[in-house]
Amino acid sequence: MTDERIHRVTMPKWGLSMATGKITDWWAAEGDDVSDGDDLAEIDTDKIAGTLESTGDGVLRRIVVAAGSDAPVGATIAVVAPAEVPDSAIDEVVAEAEQQLASGEVEEAGGPAVAEVDVGGRMISYASIGEGPEAVVLVHGFGGDKNSWLFVQEPLAEGRTVYALDLPGHGASTKDVGDGSLNALAATLVAFLDELGVEQAHLVGHSLGGAVVADAAASAPDRVRSLTLIAPAGFGSEVDADYLRGFVEASTRRELKPHLRKLFADESQVTRHLVDDLLKYKRIDGVREALQTLLGTLLHGDAQAIDTGPALAEVDVPLAVVWGRQDAVLPSTNASALADRVQVRFVDGAGHMVHMENPAATREAIESVLR
Amino acid sequence: MARTISYREALNEALVQEMERDQSVIVMGEDNAGGAGAPGADDAWGGVLGVTKGLYDRFPGRVLDTPITESAFVGAAIGAATRGMRPVAELMFIDFLGVCLDQIYNQAAKFRYMFGGKAVTPVVIRTMYGAGLRAAAQHSQSLYPIFTHIPGLKVVLPSSPYEAKGLLTTAIRDNDPVIFCEHKALYDTTGEVPEEPYTIPFGEADIVREGDDLTIVAFGRMVSVAAEAADELARSGVRCEVIDPRTTSPLDEETILESVENTGRLVIVDEATPRCNLATDVSALVARQAFGSLLAPIEMVTPPHTPVPFSDVLEDLYIPDAQRVVNAVKNVMSWER
Amino acid sequence: MTGTLRPTGALDATALLDGYRTMRTIREFEERVHEEFAKGDIPGFVHLYAGEEASATGVCTHLDDRDSIASTHRGHGHCIAKGVDVTEMMAEIYGRRTGACKGKGGSMHIADLSKGMLGANGIVGGGPPLICGTALAAKQQGTGGVGVAFFGDGASNQGSTLEAMNLASVWNLPAVFVAENNGYAEATAATWSVAADNIADRAAGFGMPGVIVDGFDFFAVHEAAGEAVQRARDGGGPTLIEVKLTRYYGHFEGDQQTYRGDEVARARAELDCLKTFRSRVTAAGQLTDEQLDAVDREVAELIDHAVAAALEAPKPTGDDLETDVYISY
Repeated sequence: MTDERIHRVTMPKWGLSMATGKITDWWAAEGDDVSDGDDLAEIDTDKIAGTLESTGDGVLRRIVVAAGSDAPVGATIAVVAPAEVPDSAIDEVVAEAEQQLASGEVEEAGGPAVAEVDVGGRMISYASIGEGPEAVVLVHGFGGDKNSWLFVQEPLAEGRTVYALDLPGHGASTKDVGDGSLNALAATLVAFLDELGVEQAHLVGHSLGGAVVADAAASAPDRVRSLTLIAPAGFGSEVDADYLRGFVEASTRRELKPHLRKLFADESQVTRHLVDDLLKYKRIDGVREALQTLLGTLLHGDAQAIDTGPALAEVDVPLAVVWGRQDAVLPSTNASALADRVQVRFVDGAGHMVHMENPAATREAIESVLR
Repeated sequence: MARTISYREALNEALVQEMERDQSVIVMGEDNAGGAGAPGADDAWGGVLGVTKGLYDRFPGRVLDTPITESAFVGAAIGAATRGMRPVAELMFIDFLGVCLDQIYNQAAKFRYMFGGKAVTPVVIRTMYGAGLRAAAQHSQSLYPIFTHIPGLKVVLPSSPYEAKGLLTTAIRDNDPVIFCEHKALYDTTGEVPEEPYTIPFGEADIVREGDDLTIVAFGRMVSVAAEAADELARSGVRCEVIDPRTTSPLDEETILESVENTGRLVIVDEATPRCNLATDVSALVARQAFGSLLAPIEMVTPPHTPVPFSDVLEDLYIPDAQRVVNAVKNVMSWER
Repeated sequence: MTGTLRPTGALDATALLDGYRTMRTIREFEERVHEEFAKGDIPGFVHLYAGEEASATGVCTHLDDRDSIASTHRGHGHCIAKGVDVTEMMAEIYGRRTGACKGKGGSMHIADLSKGMLGANGIVGGGPPLICGTALAAKQQGTGGVGVAFFGDGASNQGSTLEAMNLASVWNLPAVFVAENNGYAEATAATWSVAADNIADRAAGFGMPGVIVDGFDFFAVHEAAGEAVQRARDGGGPTLIEVKLTRYYGHFEGDQQTYRGDEVARARAELDCLKTFRSRVTAAGQLTDEQLDAVDREVAELIDHAVAAALEAPKPTGDDLETDVYISY
């Protein structure tokens, strides 16, 4: 029986197709104290490069997989434990990990499981992970999908069930969005909870998803335990309409990439795989029409067409708001519409995709209302 | 939702979905139903390639077996395309183009231009190319440069199941004649393919690997060979950008030029024999338009200028492999004036 | 004159006038192109249909816009019979921007797909496979349309033609194959190059009826074509019609015709389709000379106008060179 104080740092599963990852750098050295949210390592997959953050506190006792090496998803790549755990116990865990790596018998890592559910005649695809009485539901933004939560979903899942769904017109869900109204999207979200038998959930929404969860909370207040809004639409009037239209119109890598650069403070986040994945999505029959319809919901001329403020004023649940300071799509000045209600968490060095650029800050905001 | 299926299944799925979507899509070719007129023939084969399997029962009257008469049925597909149909004809092996080429290059390819822009000929000719199955000289060629040479034709070389389905869907919906070249050694390869119909635009290259040291442009089956070489080279610190143009006509010149402007070095991998193939074409493009960026001569990895041999020893030597690509890249990287 | 006045069938006066007008238009068009070509104003290769008018007209009288035809390098007559605009045709032959193909096709590639005219065709044997396709399309779409392939004695030896006839029978297509045997493939006599006694004899090899008709006799062509087109429309499959005729000019304009005897002069004098048509319908009291003369004048004016318009029309510009290759994407 392994000492319970020993925490295995494993190769994360970022996206369904990820089988292995390469550690390009360790940000912590053996012997360093690490706490929850600290950057541990830089990991590169065939799709995405990201920073693995610590999900526990202790000392980085041992690095099992050195920088420059690959490891399968689920493999123990490092060991974190308090200083008082004896080296012999650590050695045992490391030996077991090395033996697994050598034999290739790494336990299939959990990672979110993908399923489909029929919601009012539309197929809704979602990923879920974790077990626990509390449910958290993550709702992506315009043109996004459930995979945009890859750095957030799994770390939230300790003791909770965390769902990330694809809104109609997005990801693997049915591409028909009906009238594409905010009410219809919010109704789909509530019906999704019905289908899954989730009586109450903590709702987290990014961008358009932020407006959707706020609207859902207003229309079904008894179903919502808390709200986390991440750079939400529907507050203030400012929006980069050129971005929205350009995203919808672009059909080639060359056309799309410049628009995607507006999403991040750090443009290097716009990797070839991010662009390719979005192009793959946009090429699917029905997506262009769905996005066009939703564009009608989002925009009135060059300004935001939706105003979620009045709906949210009626909602009395714990609320957290996160906004990237460098958000070029929905500028953080929009947050003033929420200032009298909540202390907005502004994140420096992050753009519109704050949950990808600074997952720790995002998790912290979500967890602040989960407790 | 994407799942893993084979190149053959991806092609079949594109046909099924487009036939469901559009009544004017019909399929014809030798044994495409399964050998009309033979006892128990219905849908026995689904084409010698198995790509049209299951269509005969699913789409009654829209999957046509033909006699071995390429000139007539390829011509018929073209004629039907001028009258509101979207036929997909299967030319079993690209090597058989000689017996029907007139219909393709003098008829289909030229209608639009020589009729002053008034003709629409939305025909797809699916055909199997390439070496690797010991099929010898008359069933193994990579003749896509011949079609690429003809104005009016679009020429497609899908390198993976994802490309196969998306590009075939685009080909069927396209209003120009399209030569759709499937590599016989790729039919059983697998990859992630969305279940829903989708289209990949013609003339947009895929960047298969990113890198700053050297650009590899590879076509069709050679894309996976180039990617394998790039992976090996990455282990020794040479970062190659691998570009799959996906269509040779139209050709995404911009992506190739941008990449070479960044890397300064170019290797082209083409399974077609070396005179007047895509490798010479891309070489000329880069030499003319990115000469100032080049840090070393351009290298081409191609078969020798011979027919495709039969014996396994000879055929294996004939087909470009990853090692030859690695060697070519190393030559270019180490070149000094 | 042969003096054989066979019955002219059940055509009414309007249909007879239409048939005469079409034949006269073809003749006038071709005679005029012959003259104009000699002046050096018409570029390229031109192959004239004069003398063969009864064939195109006798067949196409049975067709409408549902139906399609494929033609040959000697295609002006088929174009006119299928309703292609004569002024646009003339402009095309002159290489003008106002031509049927914007000056990009020329004499050998005049087409109008809206009329079901799939184009004159520079390739001997190029058309018959295409007609299998148009007939297939008509069958799939249930339009009742038929496809008609015109081809010459030269093309009757071409594999594509033989393959097309076989496929048309195998698929039971609504198709008609019209072999216009004018006796020469370029300069080579059909009596030498066609191994069978008659091209129509080959029909047996493809399981379809084969008939021979006199190509000077509009009524004979009309009758045979009527049966074949009806059979095709009724689902009875394809027919091969061999039309025996004589072309009045060389293979191409400029051909010295050293390979021919005096058959053209004899044909013009004794067999000419326009002359025999006139004598038969007037003898039968169906039309008067005055009516036919009026058509002649009307047609002459039309062709005068077409030539004048072509000469005045602009040529294409450099901007036209690279357009119309692909449909924009």
